[in-house]
Amino acid sequence: MSLVSARSGTSRSLLRLSLSSRQSEALTGILMASPWILGFLIFIVGPMLVSLYLSFTRWDLFTEPRWIGLRNYEQLFLRDAKFLLSLKVTTIYAFVSVPLQVSLGLVLANLLNQKIRLLGFFRTVYYLPSVIGGIAVAVMFRWIFGTQFGLINGMLATLGIQGPSWLGDPDLVLVSFVLMSMWGAGASMLIYLGALQGIPTELYEAADVDGAGNLARFLRITVPMMTPVIFFNMIMGIITALQEFVLPFIMTRGGPANSSTFLVLYLYRNAFELFKMGYASAIAWIIFIYIMVLTIFIIRSSSMWVYYEGSLKGR
Amino acid sequence: MAQRTARLPAQGSDTRWSEQAKRLSIYLVLLAGAIIVFIPFAWTLSTALKAPDRLAEFPPRWIPDPVVWGNFPEAVTIKPFGRWFLNTLFVVGVATTGTIMSASLVAFSFARLRWPGRNLLFLVLLATMMLPDQVTLIPTFVLFRHLGWVNTYLPLVAPPFFARNAFFVFLLRQFFMTIPLDLDDAARMDGASYFQIYLRIMLPMSKPALAVAAIMFSQFKWKEFLAPLIYLNKQEMFTVSLGLRTFIGESWGTEWHLMMAANIIFMIPLILIFFFAQKYFIQGVVITGVKG
Repeated sequence: MSLVSARSGTSRSLLRLSLSSRQSEALTGILMASPWILGFLIFIVGPMLVSLYLSFTRWDLFTEPRWIGLRNYEQLFLRDAKFLLSLKVTTIYAFVSVPLQVSLGLVLANLLNQKIRLLGFFRTVYYLPSVIGGIAVAVMFRWIFGTQFGLINGMLATLGIQGPSWLGDPDLVLVSFVLMSMWGAGASMLIYLGALQGIPTELYEAADVDGAGNLARFLRITVPMMTPVIFFNMIMGIITALQEFVLPFIMTRGGPANSSTFLVLYLYRNAFELFKMGYASAIAWIIFIYIMVLTIFIIRSSSMWVYYEGSLKGR
Repeated sequence: MAQRTARLPAQGSDTRWSEQAKRLSIYLVLLAGAIIVFIPFAWTLSTALKAPDRLAEFPPRWIPDPVVWGNFPEAVTIKPFGRWFLNTLFVVGVATTGTIMSASLVAFSFARLRWPGRNLLFLVLLATMMLPDQVTLIPTFVLFRHLGWVNTYLPLVAPPFFARNAFFVFLLRQFFMTIPLDLDDAARMDGASYFQIYLRIMLPMSKPALAVAAIMFSQFKWKEFLAPLIYLNKQEMFTVSLGLRTFIGESWGTEWHLMMAANIIFMIPLILIFFFAQKYFIQGVVITGVKG
C-alpha cells in the first residue's frame, strides 16, 4: 500500500486508520478549497464560456442575443479603425512604458543597494506613488499636464518656453502617459532591491579574485542573477499595462481623436455606453488571447535569456 | 558591497576621493528622484489650499496666498462625501474580511492537505492570476444584474468570499509552507482536526502574513474603480474613488481646488496605512516577489 506513510507503522488497525484518515484528509482538503473552486466555476469558468459565446452574437442586453458567427471579429479587424488604433496605442504604451519602468527600477535598486544612509526614507518615498495608484494619480496628473494652467507648462513658461498640449495633442498623449507611468517606477525597485540582496556575495568575491571590473561584475553576475525577477515583473507589468483603464478614462476620456482609447476603455464604451455586449465580448476575448499568447511566448523564450540558479528550470 | 569598501583604503587617497564623489552623486540622483516623486503631491496640496481665482496664477505659486483651509469642508459638503466615505469603509471592511477568510482557508488546503487534483488545481489557480478581468466582466455583470444586485454592494463584496483574488491564496499559501509541519503532526497526535489546526495553529502563527494580505487587499479595494463604476449608479451609493470623478466638470468647469482637496482626503487613508504598516508592504513583496 503506497498510501501508508512511513510513520504509521504496519499493524492492521493502524493501516485501516491511516487509510480512512487519508480519505478524510482528502475530503477536508477539497471542502476547504471549495470556496475557491466554487468561485472559480462561478466567476471565471462560467463567465469565460458565456463571454466566448456572446462574442459570436449581437446583443444589446435587452433583447435575445442573436448568433452572427465570426462577424464581430471580422468587423473589429477589418473595418473598425478605432479598434485597430486602440490595439496599437495600448501595445505601444505597454511595450514602451514597462521596459522603461523596469530599467528605472533596476537603476534605483542598484543605487540603493549600497551602504547609504536614509535607505528607509528613499525606499518609502519611491514606493509612495504605487501606494496611491490609479484614480488619485490620474486626477493629479490631469491637473499637472493641463495646457493652460498645468504645473509643467507653468514651469516651462517661466523659462520662456511655450509648453505643448500634453493631453490634447494626439502625437503627444502617449508620451505623457509613459512619462506619468515612470513616476510610479519606484515600486518595482523594492522587488529588485530584495533580489539584489539575495545574490550570494561569494560570486562577487570570486569575480574580484579574477580581477573583473565593475561593468563586468554587473553584466556577468548581477544581470544574470536578476533575470528571473526581471522577467517575471516584466510579464506582469505588461499584462497590467495592457489592461489600463482608469488613466485614459479620467485624464483624456480616450481622446484626442481616440489616440488614448486603450483597449479596455474601448471595451467599456461598447459594453456600458453603447450596450453592444456581443461586440464588447469579442474585444474581451481578443485582449485575453493577446495576453495569453504573449505570456506563452515570453515563457517559451525565457530559456534563452533567463538564468535560473541550479539546473531546475522554473521554480 | 562590503568587500569593495574593504579593498579601498589600500589604494590611496585618489580612489577614496573618487569614491566620495561617487557617493555624493548617488545621493544627488536619489534626492532628485525623491523630489520628482514629491512634486505632484506638493502641487496637489498647494492647489487644495488655493482660492479659486488664484488657480491660474503665473508663475505657478507653491505656497498659496491666501491659504484657504475652507476648501476641505467645502469639498466634502458640496458632495455627499461623508456618505461615500462610510460606503467605502463598509465595502472595504466586508470584502477584506471575505478575502482573508476564504483565501486563508483555501491556502491552508493547498499548503497542508493532500487531495486528488490539488497540484493541478494549484497551477490553475496561478494561471487565473494572469487572467485579464475583462474576459469575465460582461457575463459577471449580466449575472449580477439578473440577480438584482446592480446598485447594491453585493457585486463588490460577494466575490471576495470565494477567493476571487487568487493572488492572496498564493501569498498565504507561500507563507503557510514556511511553517514547520511538526506543529501539525503534534496537533494531529493530540487529536486535533484539520480545521482546528487551521484555526488554532496556522492562523495565529501567520498573523504577519494575514496582516500583509489584509493591508494589500484593503488598499486595492479602496482604489477600485471599474467595478463601482459599473455597478453603482446612484450618487449616494458611490465609493470615494467613484465620487472623485464627479468633481470633473463635464465640459469646462472643473473646480480644481475642490477636486484636489477631495483627492487628498481620498489618499490620506492609503498613505497613513502605508506609513504605519510599511514593513508589511515590504514583506508582501518579499513573500511573493510581486508588487501586489
